[in-house]
Amino acid sequence: MRYVEEFRDPVAAKAVLSAIAAVVEEIGATARNPVHIMEICGGHTHAIFRYGLDRLTPKGIEFIHGPGCPVCVLPMSRIDECVEIAERPEVIFCTFGDAMRVPGSAKSLMQAKADGADIRMVYSPLDALEIARRNPDREVVFFGLGFETTTPSTALSIQQAAREALGNFTVFCNHITVPPPIKALLDDPHMILDGFVGPGHVSMVIGTHPYDFIAETYGKPIVVAGFEPLDLLQSVLMVLRQIRDGRAEVENQYARVVPEHGNPVSLAAIADVYEPRPSFEWRGLGEIDASGLRIRAKYAAFDAEEKFGVGYGAGPRSVAEPEGCACGQVMTGRIKPTGCPQYGTGCTPEMPLGALMVSSEGACAAYFQYGATDDHLEAAE
Amino acid sequence: MNMIPPLKPARLRGDRVTMAHGGGGKAMRDLIDEIFTAVFQPPGSEDQARLTAQALGTPGAQLAFTTDSFVVSPPEFPGGDIGKIAVCGTVNDLAVGGATPLWLSAAFIIEEGCEFDLLRRIVASMQAEAEKAGVRIVTGDTKVVERGAADKVFVTTSGIGVIPPGRDMQAARIQPGDVALVNGVLGDHGATILAARGDMALSTDIASDCQSLNTLIDAVLQAAPNTRAARDATRGGVASALNEMAEAAGVQIDIDETALPIRAEVRGMCEVLGLDPLYLANEGTLVIFVPPDEADAARAAMQAHEAGRGATIIGQARTGHAGRVTMTTLFGGQRLVDTLVGEQLPRIC
Repeated sequence: MRYVEEFRDPVAAKAVLSAIAAVVEEIGATARNPVHIMEICGGHTHAIFRYGLDRLTPKGIEFIHGPGCPVCVLPMSRIDECVEIAERPEVIFCTFGDAMRVPGSAKSLMQAKADGADIRMVYSPLDALEIARRNPDREVVFFGLGFETTTPSTALSIQQAAREALGNFTVFCNHITVPPPIKALLDDPHMILDGFVGPGHVSMVIGTHPYDFIAETYGKPIVVAGFEPLDLLQSVLMVLRQIRDGRAEVENQYARVVPEHGNPVSLAAIADVYEPRPSFEWRGLGEIDASGLRIRAKYAAFDAEEKFGVGYGAGPRSVAEPEGCACGQVMTGRIKPTGCPQYGTGCTPEMPLGALMVSSEGACAAYFQYGATDDHLEAAE
Repeated sequence: MNMIPPLKPARLRGDRVTMAHGGGGKAMRDLIDEIFTAVFQPPGSEDQARLTAQALGTPGAQLAFTTDSFVVSPPEFPGGDIGKIAVCGTVNDLAVGGATPLWLSAAFIIEEGCEFDLLRRIVASMQAEAEKAGVRIVTGDTKVVERGAADKVFVTTSGIGVIPPGRDMQAARIQPGDVALVNGVLGDHGATILAARGDMALSTDIASDCQSLNTLIDAVLQAAPNTRAARDATRGGVASALNEMAEAAGVQIDIDETALPIRAEVRGMCEVLGLDPLYLANEGTLVIFVPPDEADAARAAMQAHEAGRGATIIGQARTGHAGRVTMTTLFGGQRLVDTLVGEQLPRIC
């Protein structure tokens, strides 16, 4: 694991931090007039707070937490549909653990499990495939969830199920893509965004070119970043240098993992199995064109929406967010988690009101878990 | 129901537990005789153990009594099994309070179909660990439940120990300035169990740290007589133990990320799965607080003991926000180390 230690070297980090401070000064950014950098990915949000990077970087940088948490951006109606499918007596519903505690309008999957639904936590769709093979008289449904990072493995499991002609395996597809919501945010006149830290794992699959529009059309810098503290600091420095120099480019800090053109095998599997939906509903962002994926007609036998008559196949349905829940505004960076009136009082990790407090990549969970709002942490130093 | 010494050897038929072994008749007697009492050899033949110890007669001595249930899956894993944990866990619950553990009870809920050989291995490792820790398993019970109502075998142990007069180890005694030590690497048990479940297709050489800590604590108390408190960092890991202690003592505890002893394999596994080793379960790891002037002596005493070779100082109590645990990160940043909500769940992207 030298690969980890190298990217956590405190001496190297101090050097990058002083370079960051110098560029921030050159730009003239201050606490009152900061540069706004959005880290798109929830994994980055957590890394920032886990390593205390928000406290180490100059006050002239304001991190805006982006919509890159797949559990958080799912509208509540999709969780309700999960519960609906999972509660059918013939169904074994397989999901990643992250989605278990996300509140639906009536209950979460964890509550549905306690009420008797056969819901199993898996680590990969291939585990769900194995469950389907071992339970031929049950309907096994996998909750396909996530950005381009998890989409290929779901695609491969559907291809494999087709090869084996498994009649009892379907995927409830909620896969979404990163670029469309970024475009939606950039089109929002209320958003102030000076640059982006781009997602690492997603880019491993799609490469860096899907972000070209950010630089070319919107004139904003973006740097694809890794997840270790030094990765993040270096990426922030690269964004700041672009801002200082008046450049807008797509740069790749995470080149040791992210190839420029992505992973062709994964991309081929995605293209074979999925096609874009005309539009998909995002929590806080509403319907966004071509932002979600659905299973192509040739694989309809493996589509839970087809088999169970739910979801977009049955026509969209909207469920109002719980009263007072500001997940949507936090999700789009309009307010910080602490700006939500429910934060820490009506909404805590024990009793979550919204998904951002639950998901391991949710911004509110990061604030809460790592004490992002605790003044005493700094005061005590 | 007490365990009665064996009457005749080798009457158990077949190789698995059936519902008949819970029926109260001959089959049950055979199961208990051959698998349990033959090894534990409890004293007497009554339904209760009758206990005497010199320590009990000392004026000012206190009895300590604790109980714990064990449901680990899988029941056997590198470094231990459910039986060893059941003994270590209860011994450690007594020892961290300053008690000398003396007697244990052991109750088994056995799933129909459980292999006799698994039970034999579990019982053997319980007896071995009990002998090592200097305790006796003096009474017990078995129940058999239908297939699916338990997962192979669940074990409950209760333990009785004696706290000598004048000894008062409790978290409320921790004061600002006191130093926190651990006896070795963190998270090995949790990582071992995760790997042993096979869900992750991870192959590792990590083994559970499962061990009794009573003699280690004795050694620390010899070297650092003003030791304030100890906790074994089981479920919820070191983070949860520290949070409980910070709350009980009304102090802030700050730990140093660079000082945390975590094996590279465990760290790597946590990276892959999105877990935090601070929250991984341990079964032979304790956090102990001593006054600053006794810290070096405590560490040296631990390092001289086989259960404390990797002992190290990880942090310090201080004034500040009572009940809070904070961590100085590798880069000198600070963050909160909160208590865990629910289980740690792997990330999805």
